[in-house]
Amino acid sequence: MNTNVNTPSPNGAITTPTRLTGSEILWATLVGEGVTDVFGYPGGAILPAYDALRKFPIRHVLVRHEQGASHMADGYARATGKVGVAVATSGPGATNLVTGIATAMLDSIPMVCVTGQVSSKVLGTDAFQEVDITGVTLPVTKHNFLVSRAEDLAPALRHAFQIARSGRPGPVLVDITKDAQQATALFDFDAAKPAPYRPHPMLKVEENGLKEAAELIRNAKRPVILAGHGVMQSGAMEQVRSLAERAQIPVALTLLGLGGFPASHPLNLGMMGMHGESWVNHAIQEADLLIACGMRFDDRVIGTPSTYALKAKKIHIEVDPAEINKNIKVDVALVGDLAEVLEQLLPQISGRDGSAWLKTIDASKGAVAVRDIKNLPDSGHLYAAHVMHDLWRITGGNAIVVTDVGQHQMWEAQYFHHEHPRTLITSGGLGTMGFALPAAIGAKVACPDKEVWVVAGDGGFQMTSPELATIVQEKLKINIAVINNGYLGMVRQWQEFFYDKNYESTPLVSPDFVKLADAHGIAAKAVRTRGELAGAVEEARAHKGAYLLNFLVEKEDSVYPMIPAGSALHEMIRRPGKNPLVERPDDI
Amino acid sequence: MIHTFVSYVDDKPGVLTRVSSLFRRLNINIISLTVGRSERPGLSRMTIVCEASAEAGHRIRASMYKLENVLDVDDIAGAPAVTRELALIKVAATKDTRSPIFELVEVFRARIVDLAPESLMIEMTGVESKIEGLIQVLTEGDNEILEVCRSGKMTMRRGHHTSRVLKALGAGAIEPEDGASQTQQAEEGAVVEPE
Ligand SMILES: Cc1ncc(C[n+]2csc(CCOP(=O)(O)OP(=O)(O)O)c2C)c(N)n1
Repeated sequence: MNTNVNTPSPNGAITTPTRLTGSEILWATLVGEGVTDVFGYPGGAILPAYDALRKFPIRHVLVRHEQGASHMADGYARATGKVGVAVATSGPGATNLVTGIATAMLDSIPMVCVTGQVSSKVLGTDAFQEVDITGVTLPVTKHNFLVSRAEDLAPALRHAFQIARSGRPGPVLVDITKDAQQATALFDFDAAKPAPYRPHPMLKVEENGLKEAAELIRNAKRPVILAGHGVMQSGAMEQVRSLAERAQIPVALTLLGLGGFPASHPLNLGMMGMHGESWVNHAIQEADLLIACGMRFDDRVIGTPSTYALKAKKIHIEVDPAEINKNIKVDVALVGDLAEVLEQLLPQISGRDGSAWLKTIDASKGAVAVRDIKNLPDSGHLYAAHVMHDLWRITGGNAIVVTDVGQHQMWEAQYFHHEHPRTLITSGGLGTMGFALPAAIGAKVACPDKEVWVVAGDGGFQMTSPELATIVQEKLKINIAVINNGYLGMVRQWQEFFYDKNYESTPLVSPDFVKLADAHGIAAKAVRTRGELAGAVEEARAHKGAYLLNFLVEKEDSVYPMIPAGSALHEMIRRPGKNPLVERPDDI
Repeated sequence: MIHTFVSYVDDKPGVLTRVSSLFRRLNINIISLTVGRSERPGLSRMTIVCEASAEAGHRIRASMYKLENVLDVDDIAGAPAVTRELALIKVAATKDTRSPIFELVEVFRARIVDLAPESLMIEMTGVESKIEGLIQVLTEGDNEILEVCRSGKMTMRRGHHTSRVLKALGAGAIEPEDGASQTQQAEEGAVVEPE
């Protein structure tokens, strides 16, 4: 048995079997897995781990609330595709992670959360700060572990990373008792390697399915590709593009799919679903073939299932067999990694003339665009759409935009045209307010050379605004756009449309965000008019440190188009021809 | 419709919770769930019976496979299989009222496994409907049923079916022998018909 002292390799990895404490094993395993940054908050039950941290080449970002840690790990993962890591103590530290874990679960984000746990001797006794966190997170993790022996630590952690990364990615939690952190064991990174990844047994691409799919594509008159988050998860951007170009098929994107297919591509239709443009949703309803790529027919995307794309045959290419026929019954299911399936499918697809269908779709676009708010003369009002449009124009679309949840999220999706993958980071599945600021910190830590913008509403921003201090402590250059409409905007919109304008509990009093930023030592400015907009954005970008812009936008603006819950995809509430706030061209 | 899943899972703490929690999440009621050791050390075998739509079967199976501790899931559906349940039934009976019960027990090929001055206990294995049949005739015969304990269903495919995973795992898996599999499918399930 080799019990040498640490012999780290250049990247700090310990390559020879070494006797270490559980705490050291934790960090050594993380280093071995390629982890360079973690987000966390200390406490009694994880203190041994924190004590050992300084010996390892890992950057620890101290958050202000553990929810921030899980969102940061999530943003880190979304920006890079790597596994994000969050660390918290037992009890309240661990439960504070839960919202971030659930957010990662619903959007299939690879993440490992490490929590401290009370000593194994008192497990189950309601000891101080004891919570059964593996029980609590059971439904919101891909898998979780309770480790109470130092020797089990490396295998559990390595297995956790494997699970987080493999198949359909997701969050994994490893709960480590305090005594396991303190005990010693022989650390052998290689020996702790998990058994080879066992793919889902129901995952197999059938030769027949490929043939059938190719046949359907060849014969389709009005096909549409639906591109989801899976395009990026699988790295299938090239393959989707080849499919679209080879067969001249237009591509509609889900919210999380934005960036998976270049916005400027002539075959890009834009975002589908509840706030998708009318031509996109109409094209889907009129299609005779849908090719769903790495998307799961979420209810925000389909309207009502019984009215969804009734004329279309459906091909579903998806890595998770449990998604097949879950919301929408499909004709051909190709279960497997999207990029691999498309590689197999592409040789069977040859040039196809799609011009007639593309022309039909195009004809329905023009008129709608005219009434777009950004084309209207300056009325003195500042609209969120203006902000999004200018952010896109001025950054050249090259920034990573991290949005919160609400109206601004939809305006961002409509007006910021994402050209590249991983440039839009947003909570799609869970719709977690408070996500943006911490997730942006994660993204910036992961990509220090990229321009990062937070786009948040005045409501959601306040849910996690203490993380402003984290930005300062970590000296991060992050630009923040608060879209301040004085309301919980999206809820106000629902109240306007469906609850008789009963604005119950949605008007929102906020602190002066400029002063709030100032209190943190962050430069800031309020923007009230369209005229000030571009200059302010330039100023924020040019400023060396973090910068907050408080955009005081039109209070009662709504996101159009909108499909009311329970309606079909084509039954949209259109942009109004006449808006009480602004004169618009006649109804189109 | 009724689905019956047979699953091999790791014999580890918390695995039962993971599986049952999955059904709760899918909002599917479990009718019966039996777990016990299997022919493989370290692996438990579960039989899960639930009521769900026909289409749900695929999704339940696919979702179970997503659980890290689940190695194999077989959806028995309409395939030829043997299904059994064990029931212990305690009936009020004195020395003077026992004999009609003894007769019933005989007809149903059940067994008396305990006799007390004021009660007796019947053990019976069989398909669900047969157990229900016995309970029914006991009740109709004006017997007071004091306690019923039923195990839930256990199911095994007929013939040589060996689960794919066990085969893949190598050692311990029983290689099928051709010819040894042609067991006749017995008629089962008549309400009061003895086997
Ligand atoms: C944690 C959480 N609580 C509640 C909601 C419900 N919700 C969705 S959008 C929204 C309003 C968001 O308001 P704001 O942050 O000001 O953004 P806006 O819609 O005005 O752009 C609310 C309350 C949510 N998504 N997340």
